[in-house]
Amino acid sequence: MHVSQERYGDALVLTPVGRIDNSTTDGLKSDLNTHVVTCRKGGDRLVLDFSKVDYISSVGLRVLMLAAKKIREQEGMIVVAALQPVAREIFEISRFNLVFQCFGTVRDALGKVSAAALEAYDSAHGA
Amino acid sequence: MALWVTFWGTRGSIPVSLDCASVRNKLASAIVAASGKGLDTQEKARAWVDTELDFAVSHTFGGNSACVQLDAGDEEFVLCDLGSGVRAFGNHVFNRDGPSKKRTFHVFLSHLHWDHIMGFPFFGPAYVPGNRIRIYGCHAHIEQALRRQQDPPSFPVPFDSLAASIEFITLQPGRSYDIAGWSVTARLQNHSGDSYGYRFVRDGRIIVYSTDSEHRLDIPDEVEGAAAFFSEADLVIFDAMYSLAEAVSVKEDWGHSSNVVAVELCQLANAKHLVLFHHEPANNDERIAEIWRETLRYEEISRTGEPLRVSAAYDGMEIEL
Repeated sequence: MHVSQERYGDALVLTPVGRIDNSTTDGLKSDLNTHVVTCRKGGDRLVLDFSKVDYISSVGLRVLMLAAKKIREQEGMIVVAALQPVAREIFEISRFNLVFQCFGTVRDALGKVSAAALEAYDSAHGA
Repeated sequence: MALWVTFWGTRGSIPVSLDCASVRNKLASAIVAASGKGLDTQEKARAWVDTELDFAVSHTFGGNSACVQLDAGDEEFVLCDLGSGVRAFGNHVFNRDGPSKKRTFHVFLSHLHWDHIMGFPFFGPAYVPGNRIRIYGCHAHIEQALRRQQDPPSFPVPFDSLAASIEFITLQPGRSYDIAGWSVTARLQNHSGDSYGYRFVRDGRIIVYSTDSEHRLDIPDEVEGAAAFFSEADLVIFDAMYSLAEAVSVKEDWGHSSNVVAVELCQLANAKHLVLFHHEPANNDERIAEIWRETLRYEEISRTGEPLRVSAAYDGMEIEL
């Protein structure tokens, strides 16, 4: 699974692409674990941009949960943004919408996690 | 030959019942929904209730703990678990055949947690001389568990006062047995103190009873084993007590699964019909119905092959295979 990344100030936006299921979860897990280490109090904030994810299975959701647990232990922050209709439904059915703060857009998410990140995003996108 | 599966108890952990407020809310909802329908006879009202009213309003999923009957039309009865639902089953046998007819009951126990054995002291046929009750399971201390719950001060009638002939038969998981016309295989499941699922085969039809099991789809061996056990099943009765978020976070290692994992596993196994079972006792009828609707939708979203039929078990539900 391809996961692209963009940095905006002290926030990292990770954008997985495609279908997250049993055959692609390892890629997401590997990328996520790399960044979970630095997602701690005073460190990076993570935004998972789901704008290019059309499906996520229970195994993929479990990977998100494990990352979230670790990040909470480290007093870091991880949020989800731009869920597409099917992925949004899966979050609701699985109740992951109660575990993760979900935002309509990456910009909204960055605004929540860090003022500096939002400023960097707006600057990069000419806002 | 038709096979029937009857659900006498479908609730997890502890029996529950409708309270006054729930009945009042159902009545109010039904009256509002019936407004202007011209339901001025019992017949019209019953037909409308059966076909038009939401299930969660017109019915209840019930509150007895686990007990499921497999019926191939034989003289001898086959049951899974002895939760509080077995009391209703025993009454049904008495009402149908009278209390004195001598019968044989084959009971397969998933495990010995209290909600799965608590109905036995209230199982009327156990008190009838001449009845024969054969209790099968893979745990070592089944007899001790059943005796202990009738010991003083827990119950007024000691186990030795039960007049039926009661036998205990230990099964080995992974081995097939021919019992009461069924080929039966048990499988070890992930649950505190262990539990066992059962795969029943008869006349080419397959029924899997898999309750109190925490399925981990991130562990390849577990996925492979469970999918093989569920493979091509006509009916899978599945512990879907928690949401996926609960099952992988605050309730991880509590030994239960979710509706999402149920669908994925049944799809992987090419099963035909999933029955959500072992409902969370904290969930009311509306909540269980909502989980059912969401599970139907998740099946659509995640489908890669043939459609999987999805039902939510309720006390009294009968399924014909």
